[in-house]
Order: sequence, then C-alpha cells, then structure tokens
Amino acid sequence: MSREPDARGLRPEARGTAESRATSHESPFLVATGIRKRFGAVEANRNANLEVARGEIHALVGENGAGKSTLMRILAGLHDPDGGTVTLDGRDVTGWNTRQAIDAGVGMVHQHFMLVPTLTVAENLVLGQEPRAGIRLDRAAAAAEVEALGRATGLVVAPNRLVSDLSVGEAQRVEVLKVLWRGAKLLILDEPTAVLSPPEVKDLWQVLRRLTSEGSTVVLITHKLDEVMEISDTVTVMRNGETIGRVATRDASPAAIAKMMVGRDVVLAGTDRPDAIGQRTEDLPSHGNSMGSDSIEHDLSGGEKSSVQSHLTPLSVLSVRDLNVPSGLGEHAVRGVSFEIRPGEIFGIAGVEGNGQSELVEAIAGLRTVSSGSIVLGTRDITVLDVRMRGDAGLSHIPEDRHRRGLVLDYPLEDNFILGRQHHFTRRGVLDRRAITANGADLVKSYDVRPPDARLPAGALSGGNQQKVVIAREMGREFSVLLASQPTRGVDVGAIEFIHAQIRAAAASGRGVLLVSADLVEVLALANRIAVMYDGRFACVLPRSEASPEVLGPYMTGLAGKVA
Amino acid sequence: MTSRVDAGRFATTWLAPIIALLIAAIVGDVLILTFGQSPGAVYRLLLEGTWGNAYGFGQVLYKATTLTFTGLSVALGLRAGLFNIGAEGQLAAGGFAAAIAGLLLPAGTPVLLAAPFCMLAAFAGGGVVGAVPGALKARFGASEVIVTIMLNFIVLAFLNWIVATKLHVGESLHTPPINAGTLPRLSDVAHSFHGSAANATIILAIATAVAVGWFLFRTRAGYDLRATGLQPDAAEYGGISVPREHFRALTLAGALAGLGGVNYVLGYKQYYEEGFAAGSGFLGIAVALVGRNHPAGVPLAALLFATISQGGLAVNAIVPKQMVEVLTAVVIIAVAVTVPEVQRLVGAARRRVAA
Amino acid sequence: MIILAFLVQTLRIATPYLLAASGGVLSERAGIIALTLEGWMLTSAFCAALGSFYAQSAWVGLLCGVAGGVAAAALHALASIRYRANQVVVGIAINLLAIGVTRFFLRLAFDSSSNSPRVAGFDWYVPTGDSASEPIGLLASLVNPLVILGLVSLPAVAWMLANTPFGLRVRAVGEKPEAAESLGVGPARIRWAAVLLGGALTSLGGVYLALDQPQFTDNMTAGRGFIALAAVIFGNWRPTRVAIACVLFAAAETLQIQLQGLQLIPSQFVEMIPYVLTIVALAGVVGRAVPPAALGKPTGG
Repeated sequence: MSREPDARGLRPEARGTAESRATSHESPFLVATGIRKRFGAVEANRNANLEVARGEIHALVGENGAGKSTLMRILAGLHDPDGGTVTLDGRDVTGWNTRQAIDAGVGMVHQHFMLVPTLTVAENLVLGQEPRAGIRLDRAAAAAEVEALGRATGLVVAPNRLVSDLSVGEAQRVEVLKVLWRGAKLLILDEPTAVLSPPEVKDLWQVLRRLTSEGSTVVLITHKLDEVMEISDTVTVMRNGETIGRVATRDASPAAIAKMMVGRDVVLAGTDRPDAIGQRTEDLPSHGNSMGSDSIEHDLSGGEKSSVQSHLTPLSVLSVRDLNVPSGLGEHAVRGVSFEIRPGEIFGIAGVEGNGQSELVEAIAGLRTVSSGSIVLGTRDITVLDVRMRGDAGLSHIPEDRHRRGLVLDYPLEDNFILGRQHHFTRRGVLDRRAITANGADLVKSYDVRPPDARLPAGALSGGNQQKVVIAREMGREFSVLLASQPTRGVDVGAIEFIHAQIRAAAASGRGVLLVSADLVEVLALANRIAVMYDGRFACVLPRSEASPEVLGPYMTGLAGKVA
Repeated sequence: MTSRVDAGRFATTWLAPIIALLIAAIVGDVLILTFGQSPGAVYRLLLEGTWGNAYGFGQVLYKATTLTFTGLSVALGLRAGLFNIGAEGQLAAGGFAAAIAGLLLPAGTPVLLAAPFCMLAAFAGGGVVGAVPGALKARFGASEVIVTIMLNFIVLAFLNWIVATKLHVGESLHTPPINAGTLPRLSDVAHSFHGSAANATIILAIATAVAVGWFLFRTRAGYDLRATGLQPDAAEYGGISVPREHFRALTLAGALAGLGGVNYVLGYKQYYEEGFAAGSGFLGIAVALVGRNHPAGVPLAALLFATISQGGLAVNAIVPKQMVEVLTAVVIIAVAVTVPEVQRLVGAARRRVAA
Repeated sequence: MIILAFLVQTLRIATPYLLAASGGVLSERAGIIALTLEGWMLTSAFCAALGSFYAQSAWVGLLCGVAGGVAAAALHALASIRYRANQVVVGIAINLLAIGVTRFFLRLAFDSSSNSPRVAGFDWYVPTGDSASEPIGLLASLVNPLVILGLVSLPAVAWMLANTPFGLRVRAVGEKPEAAESLGVGPARIRWAAVLLGGALTSLGGVYLALDQPQFTDNMTAGRGFIALAAVIFGNWRPTRVAIACVLFAAAETLQIQLQGLQLIPSQFVEMIPYVLTIVALAGVVGRAVPPAALGKPTGG
C-alpha cells in the first residue's frame, strides 16, 4: 500500500526536511535524532526527532502520550535514552545528567512544578547553588538575585514569600526564574499555560519574546494550537512516540496541524455513503501503523436509531444537570456541565486530557464529591449515593487507570471479577467460592481473556487482557449506563477491536454509554453524539454526522466555542 | 507464563526470610567466636535445650503461643496496610482484662464457661486499645505508627498504676489469683512436660490462626481488608470505605494481641503480673515479617523465634543469652532489607524477560 | 530557692531529651523516620561508659559515645537509604539490637548483666554537703558540657536549618526530593549527612546519661528516646517548639518527683503526659501536627 500524501499534500519524503524550515536563524542549536525510550512495557519514544534553531520559539505539539514530555526530559538530562543521539551546538550530549544540562544552559520548567512549597521564592531559586557569607546562607544576596532577575526579565515575584502562598501564575514565574538564574540559554517549558488564566498567558508571551530577542531559545511543549499559532516560529508534531513532521508556523494552518496530531492519513467520510448502509464500521486501531486510506465510516445504524428515537419521548438513561466538581486545588474541574444520554446512545466526550473529563467521570461514578448539580440514573437521583449503591442501581464504570483503580493486581482474576459486587457473592459474610470461580471461568471464556485461567493474579496479564477483565466485569452484569474512560489506552490492536465491539453491543441492546477518550479517532468511530470538553465545560455538542477532526479540533484546542 | 509468575512469587515469599536467617546465623557465629566458643557447640546446645528435651520444648511452645497472637495481630494490620506497633500494650490490656474477668467470676464456675468468658474479656480489652489508633487513623489520618507507640506507654503506665495502687498482692506487682477459668497445663496431660508453662492456650492459638486465615481469605470482610492494604484506590473504586477498613483492622489487631494475654493469665500463673510478656509485642513484628503476614507462616515464625529465645537460656552458660536478642534484631533488619531487594531483583528479571 | 532547684532539676532532666530531639528533628526534617533515637542513645551511653572506663577520662568517653551512636545511625541510614527498607521496621529493630548488643557486651566487658562499674564523669564542680542546696551549688551543677550542649543543640539546629545551605537542602529534601533532584542536589547524600549528624547529636544525650550516673546500667535510656520523639512531633518538627516541648515534659517529671511525697497525681499519670500530648497533636485537636511531606518515603530511583 503506497503511502498517501498527508493533509498538507506533502509526501512522506518531503516532511521534515529543509523545505519546511522557515526560520531565518543559522544552523540548528539543538538536534535530537532517532530517540528511543522505553519505560517498562510502554514505548514512550520510538523515533523522535527534533531540530531547534537558535533564538527561536519552537513548539512541540502532540496529544497526551505522544512522547513530547519524555523527549524533552531526555534533553534536559532527567532520563537516558535507549537509543538515538542528542547534540547541542554540535557537541554530542547524549545521555547527560541534569547537572550537566544545567551547566550547559539547558533549563526545564516542568508541567508539575518542582518547587518546595514550604520554602520561600528565594530559597527555591538558589537551592543547590546557594550564595554564601562564610558558612551562612546569604539570604540578602538570594533575595537580591530574585529582584534583579525580576527586573531584567519582567518576571517579578517577592523573594520572601512562601511558595505555598503563591498563585499558580506566580509559581510558574519562579520556575522560569530558576532556570534563567542558572544561565539557561535554552528553556524548555512543558505545558506552561495549562494552569494560567488568559492575562497570565499574555504576560508569559511577553517574557518569552523578550528572552528570545536577547538570544535565548525556547521550546514550548503544548497541545493548544491557538498558542502555537500565536507565539511560535516553528512547530514539530509528534504522535505515538515519533516525530511526524516539522513546519514553520506561518506556513501551517491549525487544522492541518490538528490532523497531524490526531489522525493518520485519513479521509473522512463526513457525508453518508450509500453503500455504507448496513455495513459494519471498520474498527481502527488507535495506535501504530499509518496505513494508507483507512476510512472512518459513519455508523449509520446508530444514526438511524437516534432519528427513530426522536419520534418517541426520549427517556434518558443518564441525566446530568449543572454539575460542578471541585478539583481539590481550590478551583472547579467541572463547571456547569449538563447533558443527557438516551437509551442505545453512545455519548462521546472528546478533548485533550486535563480539561475535567476525569473529574466528571469520577463524579458520576461516585468517587468524587460534587459541589452542586444533579446526576440522575434513569429515574433515580444518584447524586449522593455511594459507589456500591450506584453500581447496584445499574451504573458500570471502566476506569481510566486500570492499574490504580480498575484492578487489584495481586488478586486473582476471579476476585477481580467481583470487585465492586462482592456483596452479591457473599452468603452470610462468607464468600461463595464456588459462585466466584464459576463466574470467573465464565467471564474468562466469553470475553476471551488470555491466558484463560481465572486463578492467575491480574498483574500477570498483558495490558489488553487486563482491560478485558475490567470490561468483562463491568459489562458482564446488569447495567443501564456504562462509563467508559479511555477504554483502549495501552491496549493492543486485537483487543481494541474486541472492546469497541463490546461497547457497540451494549448500546445496541438499549443501554447508554458515556465514552470519554483522548483518542479522537476512537470517539469518532463509536459515538453518536460528541461533546468536546475544554477547561471544565462542554465547548460544543455535535451529532456524529457533523463531527470530524477539522470541526472538533478548534474546540479541543480552545480556538472555538468559548461558551459562557 | 504461569511458571514464571510462580517463580517470582516463590522468591519473594520464601527467599527473603531464608536469606535473612542466613545473615543472622553468620552474625551469630561471629558473636559466638568473640566469646571464644565454637559455633557448632553452641548451636547443638541450643537445639538440645529447646527441641531436645520435653521441658525445653514445652517452654518453646509456651512462648510461641504468645508470639502467635502478637504475630497475627501485626500481620493483620499489615494486610490492611497499617503498622500496629501497639501489640505490647494491647497484650497487657488483654491479659489484665482476663484477670479481672477471672476475679469477677465466682469460684467454682466450670472452666467451660469461665475460660471463654475470660477469653472474651481479653479479646475485648485488646480491642478497645486497638480501637483508639483505629479511630484516629480513620477520622484524622493520624499515623498509626506513632499513636500505637505512644499508646503502649500510656496503657502500660495506666495498668501499672491500677495494679500498684489497688490490686496488688503483698509486695508483688500482680493481681490476686483468678477464681475461675484456669486452663489445664500440658504437663497435666503429658507428664514429661512437667515444669514448663505450656498450656491449653496452644489450642486457642492454633484455632485463632485458622480463624484469621478463614477471615482473611474466605470472608467478604477479609476481601475488603486485603484490597484496602493492597490498593486503596482500587478498593475505593470497588465501593470499600478505606477509613472504615482501617478502623476495623486496627481494632481487630488489638483484639488478637489482647487474646494472647490468656496464655499467661489463664494458662500459667493465674494472675496478671506487670511485665508478664515484655517484648512479645515487638517480637510479634518480627514474627509477622518472617511469617510473611500469613496466618500459616506466623505460627511457624513464632516457633522459630521462641526457639531462639528459649535457646538463649539454654546456652547461657557458655554464651550470654543476650546474644539471641541481638540475633532477633539482626533477623528483623535482614528481612526488612532483603524483601525490597528481592522484589526489585524479581521485578528487574521479569522486565528483562518480557522485553 | 525552690524555684531555682526546680529549674535546675528540670534542665538536667531535659538535657537528654533536648539532645536526642535535636537529632530526631534533623533526621526527620530530611525525610528519614527517627524511631531509633532510643537505640542510638543506648548505644552511645554504653560506648561512653566503656571509653570512660578504659581511658579513665570523661572526654574520651564522650568521643567513644558519639562514635557508637553514629555507628548505629549509619546502620539506620544504610538500611533506609541505600536499601530502602521500611524505616519503621528498621527503627524498631535497631532499638532491639541496641538492647541486645549493649547487654551482650556488658557481659563480655564487665561480666555483669546489670551495670558497669563507676566511670569517670564530668565533675568539674561537685557540690558537697550544704553547698549542694545553695544557689551557687545548684547552678554549678549545670556547668556540665553536656548540659550546655543540650541547651544549645536545638537552637543550633534551628539556626542551621534556616541559615545554612545544608539546612536549606535538608528542608528541601524532606518536603520534595524531586525538586532537589531536578536541580542536581542528590537526596540520598543529604539524608546520609542528616542522619549521621542527627546520630551524633542524639549520642550526646546517651553520653550525658552514662557520664552523669556515672555508669552504664541496663536499658538506662528507659524510653527517653520515645519521649524525645514525642517532643519532635508535638513541637511540629520546629526546633524551637520542640525545645519547649522537651522542657515541658521534663518539668512535668520534675514536678512529679518533687511532689512525690504529696501523692497529688499518681506518678504514672505524669509519665503519660508526653505521650498523651503527642496523640492529641496528631489528632489535630490543638493545631495539626504536620510532618515533612516526604517523611518515610524512600526516593524512587
């Protein structure tokens, strides 16, 4: 199968070559080639490349799990790559440590701040390279450094305030000051605006422009395309651990970049094709091979059903009204979300992770308290019910993190199959072993779990089979609504098809499914209606027929749909 | 695949205690040599004095009985992910409660009524003491390590006060003998055990170990408790209330340790005496660790540590009996160090094979 | 007069607490649980007695005591930092080890299971007869290098934590080791230093006990290490507050001793005070006791 041109019309050979380097700066400053990195079973980087020119603002974009953070952490000295090379200004610096990176002028501002909350700003700044007066720590000098640097860069923070008292924007300023103070000439910022308000973002851009005008170089890791367009000179796109392409910002369009981030060479059937009626939608593996012209076809059976439904009075199986969920950091992760799921409907929530999807699902599942709003399952208000009662009421939940939440890895499969429903397998306090074993053997067979031994500990299975166990448990019981959160994450291709078939079957039998996935392809393949979640709210809710990566992309990246 | 899983399990379950014991044996050899004795002679003497004669073996059984209870107590706590350091105080409280119960009963109460009554009192006494860290942990998230350590001192001081001011007999620090509930001694049944303190509490200890095993692995409450200790997030997802499990676990752990007081109070001296089982609480930690927190391993580990302890007395003539105290501590440190090391090595090996 | 006597006795009782607590604060602020204070003190007490006996000199005893305590601390550091063993278990084990080892060598060196012979102590000014209860005599009994060190130890630790680069790193490593690591400051190295230094400070407490008697008796620390730990927790890991807690606990003891004849409050209840207060502090009834965030967690990788 020949490799199709991508959305920009560039053939594979043409991507990422000199043709697309549009900056007017000289030879590349930082070059990473063929980086590979594996963490246990996960291949975070499989062929990552990066070329950053001196003095530019370079954006590194991709979805969650694309490998951007891993690549930059390798560059910053936090990890050793398994393969590939890194050069800085021509010098081979592959596999160096943080100290060496700092000394060479590479500074990273992490997504999750590396600040000690109980220390002051000045103390955090100088940690490890403290100014001394004899054996004493020279606090006055440290404070003076903070102030001097603040004046020089515009990042002003009071040196003697405790970090725990700072606002998020201020804390980030300290992080940037930290790397600048150590002489960073190459700054790497990992999702810096994820926690900033719009005015703070503007401030940050000013700082970055000032820095680059003075000769520094900036690499910005982000998934927000509006920012990329606004601030960057060059864009590199990563997906599934490898670099897909590099392009000058002024030569690119957000939609094109979004498609590189999210899909492969995909031709979207936005319109209904007559010969697609009755045809089963192709299951698309959500990771790996870019194989020519696979197409996503509209699931007409679902579409038909929803048009049939609209003639009847729709009884919703799940109704969520004005839900507000606190995030635990004083803010709200979910702000005033409302939606309904009808019987037989798969309602998909798309969006980059970190916009409140996890909190929304946890709140509906009963694992997180809501501050206001209501959740109604069928006719029953479950807003204040505990997890077990919600399960008994007909709510099933496939959690996004099966290793932490979904399975007790040390328990055998048969014990995991009853997690959340132990009370149904108990007689007068004693576990009914025979029923548990029978249940286990039954589920293992019908859901094709391999190896088919329900006595094995869950930790011994592959990721895909572990997920099958979770699905077998959640779908092999009575339920009216299924919450499926990142259901195919870290799962091999064969299992993905199976899981998708299961989800469709659930809907086909009249139940409702809430599908939350950062994988837009998956959402497009399964859902009847799609909402995009951004910054705690639904930026839009569209029927499947109107949705495509081009349409949804802007909502996902905050360019559109700033709805009140 | 299955065999590889089993091999890994085997390593982490058995390898660590075995390595620990080897390390302890080496240290023991060194200590013996500093005293100018031959390790071989000492070990032989130790075995002769413990398993080699009936009296010695009886003493081993007696000590192992108390250690089984405290070991089960710590093991249960660890299964819930909690560290019960308070077995010392819980044990004393249980023994005291049993003594009081025995005093309250009228003389002549048949032992089949009196003994269970006193045992229940011991269970409750320890349970009350265990409930305090349990409640503080559940409600405030207070570190059970610190609370149980502090409570040990408080309970022991309190008991000391009650006995010293109100209940002591003459110049001693023990309560009056109980009126009912005395348990038969092993020597009553097998005359060769004459003189040793071993008594029917052994049966209670075995029954308790079986009961704890049944509780942990066969009941729903045990399922919930173990899940809480293994993965609190998954337990919560499965509808289990983690604070409630913490409270239950610590209370039950306290009760188990308290039950151990029966060994001395009902089976040996028939009264509560200050310091009657000093050190058994801390040794219970060693027993739980070496027994890998399993109700089948705990009694075996208890036998081991009881043998070492009694063996110290047997060799006291040629090597200070304090050597066994040193060895016990070495075993604990060795187990604490080897378990994470072995787990790390097994994990690394697994990853190498999988890659 | 009575007040002076009360004060003097309180300070003398507080000295081992202050010294041990200063070591405990240092270790725990760096993130290593210090349940072993008892074991470190007992080891150093014995080594101090041993050294003082053989060299007939209190100063040699002091050096030996510190060496012994630091050795015990090194064992704790090795198991907890290098091997990442559970710090609670190791702590308790070292306490047990100390009891066993000191008893063993007590037999070996002095052929006794209860005490060593009298050794040379710090008797710069030994008040005799009437002058023992004169103000001068009382105050003079405080002129003991260890008492002075005790009074200075916690303020010194406080100063060090707040005003030296090392102290800054200790505080960082105890709260958020990843932050320190990302700046090239290795948590393991800092923790080793903190534990060894803490061990040295705690040892001085044991030295004081031994050289004040002046002899070593079996298990002479008698739970003081735990009272010191209680002071650390009750003082919320802040050296000045910990110092106040130590003095408070010592004052209660002194009170109980002086009122012994009066039988106002049973001595056992006074004994309980430090422990009850600590539990209360943990429950947050009087302001929450919040430990260093990384306490007890071995650094990953």
